Amino acid sequence: MKTIVATLLLLFCASTLRLTAQDNLMDMIGDTKPATEYAYATFKSTRISLGQSVENPPNGNLIFDVQHHFGPGNIGFNDFFGLDQATTRLGLQYGITDWLAVGVGRSTLEKTVNGSVKIKLLRQSTGEANSPVSISYFGDAALSTLKWADPVRTNYFSSRLSFANQVLIARKLSKALSLQLSPTYIHRNLVEKSTDENDVFAVGAGGRAKLSKRISLNVEYYYVLSAQTAKDYDNSLTVGLDIETGGHVFQLFFTNSQGIIEEHFIPKTTGKWLNGDIHFGFNISRNFVLKKPKEFRD
Amino acid sequence: MKKLLMLLTLTLALSQFGQAQRYITKNGHISFYSDGPLEKIEAHNNQVNSALDIKSGDFVFKVLMKSFSFEKALMQEHFNENYVESDQFPNASFVGKITNLNDINFTKPATYEAMIEGKLTIHGVTKPVMETGTFVVTSGAVEGKSVFMVKLADYNISIPGAVTGKIAEEIQITVDVNLEPLNN
Repeated sequence: MKTIVATLLLLFCASTLRLTAQDNLMDMIGDTKPATEYAYATFKSTRISLGQSVENPPNGNLIFDVQHHFGPGNIGFNDFFGLDQATTRLGLQYGITDWLAVGVGRSTLEKTVNGSVKIKLLRQSTGEANSPVSISYFGDAALSTLKWADPVRTNYFSSRLSFANQVLIARKLSKALSLQLSPTYIHRNLVEKSTDENDVFAVGAGGRAKLSKRISLNVEYYYVLSAQTAKDYDNSLTVGLDIETGGHVFQLFFTNSQGIIEEHFIPKTTGKWLNGDIHFGFNISRNFVLKKPKEFRD
Repeated sequence: MKKLLMLLTLTLALSQFGQAQRYITKNGHISFYSDGPLEKIEAHNNQVNSALDIKSGDFVFKVLMKSFSFEKALMQEHFNENYVESDQFPNASFVGKITNLNDINFTKPATYEAMIEGKLTIHGVTKPVMETGTFVVTSGAVEGKSVFMVKLADYNISIPGAVTGKIAEEIQITVDVNLEPLNN
């Protein structure tokens, strides 16, 4: 009797197994989820608008940047509302690895050449490796190539140099919203006036809010902490849109800063939003793949 | 009681020594390809989970969208962020059955044509599909292969207005899984 019961029991078990075979197969192959998931596309460009974002050019990608700030819109018809007076920067950035990128560029303002490095120190992630924020370091050296104002006196090459150092801390809060804080230290070897400070500290705050799949509203503000500079100059405020189309990112914005690089727009912004010193500007960046990923190399 | 033990031992033994009923892999390959006037799109994924039950003919696979690798990193970002929305729909999967199971002898090495019917889920949308494929049976493994077309619109994957007509509306999907017997 026991044997019969046992046999029936076994048969029953076997038949129930059969019933849900497809589902079981699905359960058997398990979860495809990776151990650590990293946040991606915190920002769509290596810049929020004017300032740096935590993003780097992808590994092996070269980005060609065209950055343009027109003159302020309030200067009237004679200068065609700023279209005659513009600052332009042409630049290149390259992702050497997933975490290291370098850049060079030249800006028409003070005929400045700059070279930069950006290092991803930490990536926002969940899972085995858990981090609430992404952190990057950005360092830049700028060289003004203007003719000396007074060629008679002894001029030092080092006087042409200024530097920017930033720690960029960002979090992608949702797929539509990312925020960033950017503590900044700027050093100028030589300043124009005795009241100008050689060392300027500032903190930037910026964000991106997606309006549609390919358009986002970007806002960026740099608050100057150094007392004297804060008194003599204005904080930089930029409001704009990011528009993505395939290999390009277009950034269109309004800003009170004429300068494009950190050494210019953070400590030397003179425009006031309330007076209408508003510059229209845009960045166009184009990606080129120089080094293909493993799967695509012949 | 002794008889019961014997029966249990026998059942276990049979299941151990009988031919493996289930075949499985965790590194199958799925690629897709489309050639539009603007962009040639190609992506590969080598982390496909798949399983086959040779007795019942059940066949399944599941793939993580984020592990598709593209030639252009930007394209990969757009694929995940805007097209398949990987945060919301992390996986694509297929649950189906071989309909001509009688034509396939999984114990005899050869290449067999197979008809497979089932449900394909991409971007959170499940559609019935019927495709043909082949099973290459070798002594230690079964390789399943299938090439089929998928219409993006069927799975609510929208192409932005600016590039309509420049990106192909149908993509070719290639599934190639090398399944190995699962010993209980």
